[in-house]
Amino acid sequence: MAELTYRSAVARAITQEMERDPNVVFLGEDVAGAGGVFKATVGLLERFGPERVRDTPISEQAILGAAMGAAMTGLRPIAEIMFADFFAVCWDLVANQIAKSSYMTAGQVSFPLVIRSGNGGGLRFGAQHSQSVESWAMAIPGLKVVAPSTPADVIGLFAAAVRDPDPVLFFEHKGLYATKGEVPDGELVDTLGSARVLKPGGDATIVALAAMVPRALEAAVILAERGIDAAVVDVRSLVPLDTRTILGEVSVTGRLFTVEENPRLCGWGAELVSIVAEECFNDLDGPPLRITTPHIPLPSADALEDMAIPSVERIVTTIERAMQS
Amino acid sequence: MSASPDDATSLSGPPGIDPAALHRPGGSVDDTTQLALFRQMVRMRKFETRAYDLFMENLVKGTSHLSLGQEAIAAAFGEAMDENDYTFATYRGHAHTLARGTSMTGVMGELLGRSCGVLAGKGGSMHLTDVRHGVMGSYAIVGAHLTIALGAAWSAQYRGDPRVAVAFFGDGTTNIGAFHESLNLAAVWNLPVVFVCENNLYMEYTPIGSVTSVANPAADRASAYGLESILVDGNDADAMYLTARECIERARSGGGPSLIEARTYRSGGHSRADPGTYKPPDEAAAWAAYDPISIYRARLVGRGVSEAALDAIEETADGDVETATREAKASPPPGPETLMSNVWSDGGSSWRN
Repeated sequence: MAELTYRSAVARAITQEMERDPNVVFLGEDVAGAGGVFKATVGLLERFGPERVRDTPISEQAILGAAMGAAMTGLRPIAEIMFADFFAVCWDLVANQIAKSSYMTAGQVSFPLVIRSGNGGGLRFGAQHSQSVESWAMAIPGLKVVAPSTPADVIGLFAAAVRDPDPVLFFEHKGLYATKGEVPDGELVDTLGSARVLKPGGDATIVALAAMVPRALEAAVILAERGIDAAVVDVRSLVPLDTRTILGEVSVTGRLFTVEENPRLCGWGAELVSIVAEECFNDLDGPPLRITTPHIPLPSADALEDMAIPSVERIVTTIERAMQS
Repeated sequence: MSASPDDATSLSGPPGIDPAALHRPGGSVDDTTQLALFRQMVRMRKFETRAYDLFMENLVKGTSHLSLGQEAIAAAFGEAMDENDYTFATYRGHAHTLARGTSMTGVMGELLGRSCGVLAGKGGSMHLTDVRHGVMGSYAIVGAHLTIALGAAWSAQYRGDPRVAVAFFGDGTTNIGAFHESLNLAAVWNLPVVFVCENNLYMEYTPIGSVTSVANPAADRASAYGLESILVDGNDADAMYLTARECIERARSGGGPSLIEARTYRSGGHSRADPGTYKPPDEAAAWAAYDPISIYRARLVGRGVSEAALDAIEETADGDVETATREAKASPPPGPETLMSNVWSDGGSSWRN
């Protein structure tokens, strides 16, 4: 067991998988010589050489096309899209090509690839470098969507993503890169499509993702002091979605609160609320509530961005008010 | 009777092009290959003509984009590529798929939406794929597959596999970003990929010259990526074949990518709904007189091939198209079990537990 940053967990995860399988290759902008703009891939070039760890031009379509073509011909590429916002310039490859080609070809081709990307806000980067776009990906049939909240999950879920035979979008949260957590020694391999109950609770279920998970945990501590025993579930994987774990928790507490960094409309929590409404309506003691960023582009000023993204205080207040009503 | 493209060609060359500007590939085309090229083109022509007729009968639904008039390019590469090489085609990809040996019934069935289709009815005319024959897909968003082809080439290079990737695309593709991203990265990584621009003079309904900054939309851009400018007569099967062989060999031997601009002409419209009335009659007539199959037939006869031998090739192709049509029509539509399969590589479509 050792304490590791989320950032260094990324490099450890890639190292673990590249050492295991010579067909794993890695490409992206500034990922090799510079070690990544977030310094999450430092040392990989030195360790694995320029044939396996490749710097690319600023050509997001070519990066993802190269990954797709390589995946369909025997490699297991890892591609980096530096900021998740940049998916907008290469979304054709993601949404039209990588996601659909297995279906359209009746299974003739498959795409064992991982696209990792810095997602989310809180770093005062403004509206084009701060978005949480996991819900974009969730809306496309044919993509698996993962967003870890801890260093251990970065490694375990990343390993699962690399070994998965289908395309996985792996959303690393930029605001978590500097955070630390305990990581077991040795090889870590987790399971996609498994949510994790981080804290049990009898009164309310808080379901959160990525950077909202530590906030939800913090909120649960405060709520406990105020007499509300809230469970916290880390979704971890939006596709596949572990509805069994989430529905199980909601059935026990009778209340669901989602905490989502994405703008309001069509966030992952909306799908979750819909599933809960359809499948465990009779277990509910009150309406499910979504705590999200408002439906606005993210502003850059720290004062404004902090108002926009769900805070511990907003989570506590919203849940407390709902439980009292 | 082995022949280079310069001999026996009494025709003036493709309309509107200075013959001196055309690429003159070296080498010669052997007798067997000449007949194979003719056979390939004839099969494509007859297949596409039948596909058009079946549209008119409303048996082919949706849309389709035919290669009528452009057959020499796909035929040449079909003969020049090794069986393990990768083809990346566009939505105008029936000919390029057939060229690699995919069953005509499989392609016809796909157009008709039948279970015998090469994609079991799940992809349709614009997405023909047959991995067993190296057809790694037909791509319907302009430009995307150039990037994917470079990925396949990168993979071959990394694995030490001598395969070459060939990406076909239209003139309109030269104005989309993915074209430029692909050429640059392919050049920087010295990838075994051949980019083949089929310049049929029209970007869908619009003359390519009216929306492009240079006269030769691909060839004039080659120098921007440190590549040789190659403008070739895309209606001359011999010239196309020798150019294809030259560029494929360059890629296979570690010489890196090539960009070919093959000048040709789309006999029909962009897609099924387009009669192509915007094409000037003089232009269409000049190109009709420079039809790739007609000129090749005349050339082969001039080289001593018997009319009877060529007729036999035509008759066999007629029979193949008849058989494919009959088998496709007899094939049932795909069943409901097909609907929810193949989203994932385990064959399923589940997104939750």
